[in-house]
Amino acid sequence: MDPVPSGRDLRLDLFRGLALWLIFLDHIPSNAVSWITIRNYGFSDATEIFVFISGYTAAFVYGRAMQQHGFIVAAARVLKRAWQIYVAHVFLFAIYLAEIAYVAHSFDNPLYTEEMGVLDFLKNPDVTILEALLLKFKPVNMDVLPLYIVLLLGFAPMLWLLIRAPSIALIASATLYTLMWIFDWNIPAYPSGTWAFNPLAWQLLFVFGAWCALGGAQRLTRWINSPVLVGLAAVYLVFAFCIAMTWYFPWLGVYVPKFVGDAIYPIDKTNLDVLRILHFLSLAVITVYFVPDTWPALRSRVFWPAIVCGQHSLETFCLGVFLSFAGHFVFTEVSNRVIVQVLVSLTGIAIMVATAALLSWYKRVERQGPRPPSVKPGYAGGDV
Amino acid sequence: MSRGLLLLLLALVLPGPPVWADQPPDAPAACRVAQHQVENSFKLPQVARAIAAKHLDILVVGAGSSSLPGPDGVKNSYPARLQASLEAALPGVAVKVTTDVKARRTAAEMVEGLPADLAAAKPALVIWQTGTVDAMQSVDPDQFNRALDMGINAARSAGADIVLVNSQYSPRTDSMIALGTYADNMRWVAVQHEIPLFDRFSIMKLWADLGTFDFYAATKKIDMAEKVHDCIGRLLADLVIGATKPEEPPAIGGQ
Repeated sequence: MDPVPSGRDLRLDLFRGLALWLIFLDHIPSNAVSWITIRNYGFSDATEIFVFISGYTAAFVYGRAMQQHGFIVAAARVLKRAWQIYVAHVFLFAIYLAEIAYVAHSFDNPLYTEEMGVLDFLKNPDVTILEALLLKFKPVNMDVLPLYIVLLLGFAPMLWLLIRAPSIALIASATLYTLMWIFDWNIPAYPSGTWAFNPLAWQLLFVFGAWCALGGAQRLTRWINSPVLVGLAAVYLVFAFCIAMTWYFPWLGVYVPKFVGDAIYPIDKTNLDVLRILHFLSLAVITVYFVPDTWPALRSRVFWPAIVCGQHSLETFCLGVFLSFAGHFVFTEVSNRVIVQVLVSLTGIAIMVATAALLSWYKRVERQGPRPPSVKPGYAGGDV
Repeated sequence: MSRGLLLLLLALVLPGPPVWADQPPDAPAACRVAQHQVENSFKLPQVARAIAAKHLDILVVGAGSSSLPGPDGVKNSYPARLQASLEAALPGVAVKVTTDVKARRTAAEMVEGLPADLAAAKPALVIWQTGTVDAMQSVDPDQFNRALDMGINAARSAGADIVLVNSQYSPRTDSMIALGTYADNMRWVAVQHEIPLFDRFSIMKLWADLGTFDFYAATKKIDMAEKVHDCIGRLLADLVIGATKPEEPPAIGGQ
């Protein structure tokens, strides 16, 4: 059996690229440009898109490896990927420490005596750095990669099951999600609390992405193209939009009936609230309906910048985290005027695109081979 | 979701100049703030009764951001400024603000001392500033919510109204303290208990956006911090007085 489709769906790259840009914009604190990101207009945000598409592409890549080379080879490759991401995370942590140490050194304001206490961890780096290496201490906005690592660690057996019995795998994932909600399971964090992205919850979206990649999407086609479902999705998005508006305009809150408020709040990001899943699914349904994978524009220059970022997602993501630190640094040390915020945001995205393009170029060059032939005497210094 | 749609949504949200709150003539221009930041639809009946009885006791419970350092810290921090503003706005009413403010306390730690505070001060109103330390220590959000519930219930069963005050806007430490979840939870808990939330974060953010104060500034001088606390005290007084006035237009829900 061959449930793994062969062609690459450019929509995945496009939307993962866009999600990476949105994550970058959201990660720059106090950034006016982050007003355009989807988290302001509904329940879910770019994280859902990123996790879903990561699950989809992981199944796409390692599913084929598992069918061609067997479980061991595929599992080894998944673990290698997890290790790469771990290294990337530790690298980002080092950069974060550098930024924090600088801020701690230069910042003083009697208004913020309390807030400055957050820098106290620099006083005992022995514990902090160790906890960071154990993925228990995770600075703000550095939660996604540890989530990704844990998801990949458990992915090989799940992939095995997904290939053999996709429905059972999906049910198992949903069961784990449900048990997590009933028993409040999460991974402990340092210095207190639990992981900000509970892997036991977010695995559902990752596995669902993988399930879609392994043929689930085709099974859903009939449903996704039904106008009724598209209509329901649109209604839900409008509902979420209206609720989101009450966050920014509290006086609108009086129009929200109390039972609705009681039913929906709190919308739990840590444990991937059902409302968030539904919001993401609604976005996905609408997107798939209006953007077919045969859409010629996907191959046009307009979308190329986002697509190329999506094709190098790990590197682009890490770069985005780094650039968001750098952007915050610019706001702090240079200027935080709105024009600067716009410039920093656009420059950051441009750097992400340029880097992704460079990576593509490297990949092409390395693949193109043949490797330069060993230089023979007499040809050295050649005739140019 | 296409960028075009996002931009359309943006266009829907942005237009319209901010509506300025009517400020009493003595309020410094620095304190001007968009009306919706201080407006709230929940009333403070105990405070209304206390004002009618010409005797208003308020208890401020908070952590480090409810105080200022230095010898004049107590005099210039927002609890004292609140008392001054209320005295000016409510002639003939004896206003007394007592505080239980200690740095580095989580919501749960503040709740522990609350029964004793309530018994001692017998306030008509509790103003509870919290959230920052919980965010800094990344306390389990559920635990934070439970502490909020407990504190609110304790104040209510002691016959006091309660107002929540959220974290300060602190752009320098933005990338280190994830306030998001805690701020959201405070907003939801306030709505659920139908109590006002004084949105200190949004107010300060607005000041930053308007250039009223430069919160990025690194300084050892205390004058800006004092001005900020003075403004916070004034706006809190506005909220307290606003929430004791009878409804002007017929309320749509929110009771």
